[in-house]
Amino acid sequence: MRHFHNKIGKNTEYFFKKPPYLCTMDYFKMLMEDVRMREGLKACMNCGVCTAICPAAEFYDYDPRQIVETVQSRDNSRIEALLCSETIWYCGQCMSCRPRCPRGNTPGYIIQSLRYLSQKLGLFVQSEKGRQQLALKRTIGENIMHYGYCLVPQEISPDLHPEQGTVWRWIHSHDRDIYPLFTPSYRKAGAGALRKLDEGSLAEIHRIFELSGGKEFFDLIEEYSERKAREMGYEGATHEYMLDTFTKNSSEQ
Amino acid sequence: MRRGNWEEYQKSIADDNYYYARSCIRQNFFPGSEKAFLDIVANRLGRNIYDDPLHSSCTGIGYHSDIVPLDTIMAVVARQFALMNEAGYENLVSSCITSFGIYTEILSTWEEFPETEQRAAETLYKATGRTLVKPKNVAHTSDVIFHLRKQIAEQMTRPLINVRTGEPLRVVEHIGCHYAKIFPKKGIGGSEFPYVLAGMIESWGGEVVDYPERRHCCGFGFRNYLVQANRGYSVANSQKKLESMAPYRPDFIVCNCPGCAMFLDKWQYTIAEMEGTTYGQGGVGIPVLTYEEMAGLVLGYDPWQLGMQMHQVDVEPLLDKMGVEYDPATKYLGVNGKYIGKPEQAVVNGDCPSGFYSMLSL
Repeated sequence: MRHFHNKIGKNTEYFFKKPPYLCTMDYFKMLMEDVRMREGLKACMNCGVCTAICPAAEFYDYDPRQIVETVQSRDNSRIEALLCSETIWYCGQCMSCRPRCPRGNTPGYIIQSLRYLSQKLGLFVQSEKGRQQLALKRTIGENIMHYGYCLVPQEISPDLHPEQGTVWRWIHSHDRDIYPLFTPSYRKAGAGALRKLDEGSLAEIHRIFELSGGKEFFDLIEEYSERKAREMGYEGATHEYMLDTFTKNSSEQ
Repeated sequence: MRRGNWEEYQKSIADDNYYYARSCIRQNFFPGSEKAFLDIVANRLGRNIYDDPLHSSCTGIGYHSDIVPLDTIMAVVARQFALMNEAGYENLVSSCITSFGIYTEILSTWEEFPETEQRAAETLYKATGRTLVKPKNVAHTSDVIFHLRKQIAEQMTRPLINVRTGEPLRVVEHIGCHYAKIFPKKGIGGSEFPYVLAGMIESWGGEVVDYPERRHCCGFGFRNYLVQANRGYSVANSQKKLESMAPYRPDFIVCNCPGCAMFLDKWQYTIAEMEGTTYGQGGVGIPVLTYEEMAGLVLGYDPWQLGMQMHQVDVEPLLDKMGVEYDPATKYLGVNGKYIGKPEQAVVNGDCPSGFYSMLSL
């Protein structure tokens, strides 16, 4: 099956990348500690139905079939290359692959496990798409910690979201005159949409993040990003570095 | 695969006493829909539903962006369940498809890997002093509207009929991937023939449009939209759907998932600004509704009270077809009737502003 894969594989990027850990770890074993791997990886026959249905495969040079085949090979050098690659960051986690697989695999779950391990080991900063995790931590992650929600209107800047259009720009400029039409508690205490979450509830969320490893994970993303940013010539994981990960594609420069 | 194979994919939906969990995306972009849902369920149909000020985001967008670990989201979800139990409820109703997918996935994972449930319960107790009690029934808010669709039909004042022609309105329904693709048996009709929105449309007089890319993702793709550098993925997938549905001349799109409704609305704006392409009739976009807005319109609600002025694609062409009376002068007024200006023009609404194709430089 590996011979078959190498012959027809269209995405060879990760096979030639020099791995920073030189395969000193049993990545497959580490992956299998994640319940999503145990649920998502059964026995793939490489039929490619997942790739046929995959929205990411239509847009990127991406092939979930190859991801599953690589992980299933238990070849830690290939898995390490995958953990350092752009490839694992292409999936949109729509999970369209899940109901279609005739063998009960879920490539989307395997991707989740790979991304988790890539971040735990600091390998995500090896790829441009991986480095975007800092931007996600600083936007969605910090929204959760500050507001208790993944997004709030005041943080959806029309300048960073031009696709939101002219109506969103109008809403964003007049939020305190518009949202109270629909909620009694806009940015205030009480039940209703977009309420200010009470301090007790927010403190509970913070403690959950501390005790469950969520805060440590955020800190890891920051630490690895800081190191990589300096290596790339920035003064650290500054706002400028974060914005560059958020906005730039090197292939378009 | 034949439709008949999916007929067994039905689910039990509680009839009353709901604990309501809000949606990050829906409350941002469609707050009128959340308000309408509560009003329809409680005041029009007499059900008991509790809007708890203590619950938070499920953190699902963070989880699917891979910054929130599995153990963390499990403990956050355990807190939602604990709050529900403390409030005296056992039927969870989620206003968000991402959250609905999260709740069903976590309950299933706890079933299959009991040690994960134990860990979540322990974290919850240590962090908050609360006790995990799992819900007896988990539904999406659209499941509840589907469950009550015949009672809504009895109170209907504006069926989904074109008043000019007398013909049923042609409706594209978009289900949202995480409603049934993760656990097909948790969605009405499964992932291949989801019936949750189609059932509403048929009950209220409309005609469901079938088209080739009906089951394709809207293109959210989490990190593929949330990071600006990746948004080509998102718009390309929405475009694929829009190109596929346009030849069938739908009168409107109705979405199950608040994210899908937002993307199919906003990406029509972007495509129109970038390329001048519009997908509706008469050189404008196709209106995109939430199912709460669709239910609200058939029940006679005012479109501006439903929040339809917050859409980027104008809904007036649909309102005119349905014979909805509305006051154009009040569309963009703020609270207490305050005049707050109005949005700039957009190509998707048939305008040719000075910045035509202005997004080409993005």
